[in-house]
Amino acid sequence: MLKSTFVGKSVPRKEALSKITGAAKYIDDLSFPGMIHGVTVRSPVARGRLKKISFEGDLPWNEITQVTAKDIPGENCVAVILKEQPMLVDGMINHPEEPIVLLAHPDRALLEKARKNVKFEIEALPSVLSIDDALSKKAVVWGSDNILKSYLVEKGDISQAFAEADLIVEGEYTTGAQEQLYIEPNGMIAVANPKDGVTVWGSLQCPFYVHKALKTLFGLPDDKIRVIQVETGGGFGGKEDYPSLIAGHAALLAWKSGRPVKIIYDRAEDMAATTKRHPSRTRHKTAVTKEGKILGMDIDFVLDGGAYLTLSSVVLSRGTIHAPGPYVVPHVRIKSAAVATNTPPHGAFRGFGAPQSIFALERHLDVVAARLGLSPEEIRRRNFIHQGQQTATSQTIKEPVDFDKLMDRAFEMSHYHSKIKRFEIENKTSPIKKGIGFAAFMHGSGFTGSGEVYLASVAGVEATSEGRIRVLASSTEIGQGKNTVFAQIVADALCVDVGLVDVAQPDTSVVPNSGPTVASRTTSVVGKLVEDAAKGLQATLRQSGFLGESYTSAQFQEACLVYLEKFGSLKTLSQYKAPPGIFWDDEKYRGDAYGTFAWAVYVAEVSVDTRTFEVKVDDFVAVQEIGRVVNPLLAQGQIEGGVIQALGYAIYENVIWKDGRMANNRMTNYIIPTTMDVPRVQVHFEEVPYAYGAAGSKGIGELPMDGPAPAVINAIAHATGGDFKHIPLMPEDLMRILT
Amino acid sequence: MKTNAAEFDLRTPATLGEALALLGEPQGKWRPFAGGTDLMVLLESGNLMHKNFVNLRGFKELRGIEVSPQFVVLGALTTFSAIQENELIKKEFPCLVQAAAQVGAIAIQNRGTIGGNIGNASPAADSPPALLIYDAEIELMSTSGARWVSYDSFHTGYKKTLLGAGELISKIRLPRTTRASGRTVHYFRKVGARKAQAISKVSVAGWAHVEKGVIKEVRLALGSVAPTVVRGKNTENLLKGKVLSPALYEEARSILGGEISPISDIRSTDVYRKRIAQNLLSEFLEHVGLDQ
Repeated sequence: MLKSTFVGKSVPRKEALSKITGAAKYIDDLSFPGMIHGVTVRSPVARGRLKKISFEGDLPWNEITQVTAKDIPGENCVAVILKEQPMLVDGMINHPEEPIVLLAHPDRALLEKARKNVKFEIEALPSVLSIDDALSKKAVVWGSDNILKSYLVEKGDISQAFAEADLIVEGEYTTGAQEQLYIEPNGMIAVANPKDGVTVWGSLQCPFYVHKALKTLFGLPDDKIRVIQVETGGGFGGKEDYPSLIAGHAALLAWKSGRPVKIIYDRAEDMAATTKRHPSRTRHKTAVTKEGKILGMDIDFVLDGGAYLTLSSVVLSRGTIHAPGPYVVPHVRIKSAAVATNTPPHGAFRGFGAPQSIFALERHLDVVAARLGLSPEEIRRRNFIHQGQQTATSQTIKEPVDFDKLMDRAFEMSHYHSKIKRFEIENKTSPIKKGIGFAAFMHGSGFTGSGEVYLASVAGVEATSEGRIRVLASSTEIGQGKNTVFAQIVADALCVDVGLVDVAQPDTSVVPNSGPTVASRTTSVVGKLVEDAAKGLQATLRQSGFLGESYTSAQFQEACLVYLEKFGSLKTLSQYKAPPGIFWDDEKYRGDAYGTFAWAVYVAEVSVDTRTFEVKVDDFVAVQEIGRVVNPLLAQGQIEGGVIQALGYAIYENVIWKDGRMANNRMTNYIIPTTMDVPRVQVHFEEVPYAYGAAGSKGIGELPMDGPAPAVINAIAHATGGDFKHIPLMPEDLMRILT
Repeated sequence: MKTNAAEFDLRTPATLGEALALLGEPQGKWRPFAGGTDLMVLLESGNLMHKNFVNLRGFKELRGIEVSPQFVVLGALTTFSAIQENELIKKEFPCLVQAAAQVGAIAIQNRGTIGGNIGNASPAADSPPALLIYDAEIELMSTSGARWVSYDSFHTGYKKTLLGAGELISKIRLPRTTRASGRTVHYFRKVGARKAQAISKVSVAGWAHVEKGVIKEVRLALGSVAPTVVRGKNTENLLKGKVLSPALYEEARSILGGEISPISDIRSTDVYRKRIAQNLLSEFLEHVGLDQ
């Protein structure tokens, strides 16, 4: 009998062959009989009142399906957390690129002309385009104060920390927006009519989010809405909430035209209109003793949410909880807010608020260390959190955590100490200044606070008539390896060959709601449900007497078939239960923020050319403890990809805003690093199995986005002696600050 | 794609003569299409306003690299890949090879042509600064014949050139210069937003002939610092005949700063461009001053 054979091995990616041979069908590869194309006509202004829409030019308007807000059968909203964002503008325009009119026609070239000939009469209104403008109420564009959401986290008494401190260090840090740049731009196909209801196929992360949005938009019952995820070319969080809009738009056009409608965004539209990482501003006031013990952290954390709340409250929540980092601090106060501005709403993006607040903290701690005359290493070693100690939300860390060991390993792999000595000598005579820096950080696995309890996710497994096992979950494959990892977990739970396990295509009419594919939760949290369901199925087979204590894969298949013949179906579902002893207080924002955390120390080595102020990252070491590694190659890929994406965030990717709109929405002028710009990334995993994660795993997907930016900027500061407080740090900024 | 391809007319004439005849039609109705690497970007974004193009890619007479004792002559359709593979160009005109290696990505270098790079007249183009320091001349051809002009005089303003009605860039030639004594210095550096697939923020090419520490001849050219690629002639005049000294470095930097006029745009700032141009001049002069 097979026992723990596949978890821990680099089992090849399930859909690898179809992807590399081009057989995999993405949304734009699909076509339906009678299908027509849809386009979106968007707001040219940041804020205003829509007075009139006119359809001009010499065009066959009677042939073109036109949809406006008045054509919506149900509620005109994108139902996510609130229902505040309209599916189509009805009166008020709140950001550039806001959808106003939808058009559909078989001829795409004609549609392009038509799009340009829809004219709007708009009474422009004052807009708010930055965090500062929002806080100073330059105009009030949301509620009474432009505050979308705010939190207060308190531990101990911050005034006591300031009273006892030998030194108080203040600093303000800001981060820019970041474009998602998944490989495949957004797209949807919809079939919709009053008789059959609404069905959509699309590139998306969260089938049941789209389901909820369509249900509300059309006022239809659950069973009249069906959402199917097709092969998806990456998401990063960018396909968490925005696909609900595109699905809604395609469905409205299909409903009105009576034909299947496809909407595919091109890269320019995707970049200009869809969600990006929230820009942020963090103010730190840190109380320390002479010896480098942190007594108190007073943190003011603000995110620019864009024009609507969408997911900003939960992004803010994660950013807030991660703001004090992996340190034990007796007195903490975190005041945080997401503010409204008249830019397209910022959304979920790998890291989900944590990269912003972790950048601020890990940059700030280097500054605090310098003021104390301590090394960056020493201040962290003196304050790292350990098992049994409490975080800022008063969560007691129950699992072992050994940051000193992670740091030792990272410094050994990067030759940190010897390089510091070497660079000090070499930098004296070279125009190329070398530096090395690091960041220590964590990322909470799964939804924040009581999120997983509210979600109450369900996943399952079933035996098929071919005697195979099929995993049932709404979790989506978006390139991260979900199909493969689920198959490994189930194969090991059932003690069968991994080739016997299939993973169902997420289709809301077939799979249970295992929650969204976000928050580094799929392997660890949903995988656990799948694992438990598999064990339940095995128990059922044993209880039925068809399966012995020990069996081969063939005997297992045989047992499934016999069971099916006798009972008709063999399916087991499992629902989320919080690990024991987990408590969260939503009111006080206190308690167990996450079931567990992944812990990491990342080291970056850089060269700064003082003639051109170009920065090159020469080497990168990523050491992390992520519970048990289910698939080493996929895990390494996640880390490498995340690190590179975060290097882009740190020193390349600069969203240029003009009146609330992205001005550089092209791949020629929004610069992401290419393979020529990225270093070798050395990845090392410490494995400490987590009792409540599938096969001992923790979350991993977002972790590598959190640490690289502060590590790289700390390295640039080490190389040049400059004080850098903003990312992206562009050569132009470096020149200004250093000269 | 925001453009309807059916609205475009791309002709492929059988002979170069026919192609020139089309290009000679009134009102500049037809424009040349060489590698298409600049045009395709505009097409994709819906910004290619001109609709009629003559495909030149089949014409062998516009392709290839010929060497005579006086010149290396490149057909206008010579690709950046072909330039990088040519041993003589590598040896005698290394900056052109370095510039060619900096164009877009390998796929672009396989398709993009030197004639197109010149004709597109972007101040940020990669090969022109190298052509300027090597005193390139270009041949302009039309149905009424051909003429050679100095490349230095070709760009007359932002996206404006000496090309007359119906004229096509057909050849580029580089004079082969040998110096009996002393040494020559070749310098090229492009600063873009990343190592590859980047449009230059500033680029500098320099060539100098030094004898016994005296700068006998010097040429300096820059990209992305003015409405066209430019020669730094005032700086050249200052340096010519001089022996390098710290004071001369400083004076040269200052004069260069006065003869370029960079702007701030989506890619960089005027301050950065000016400063980096000066820093790269210093780097070039360090090469000039080495091993005296």
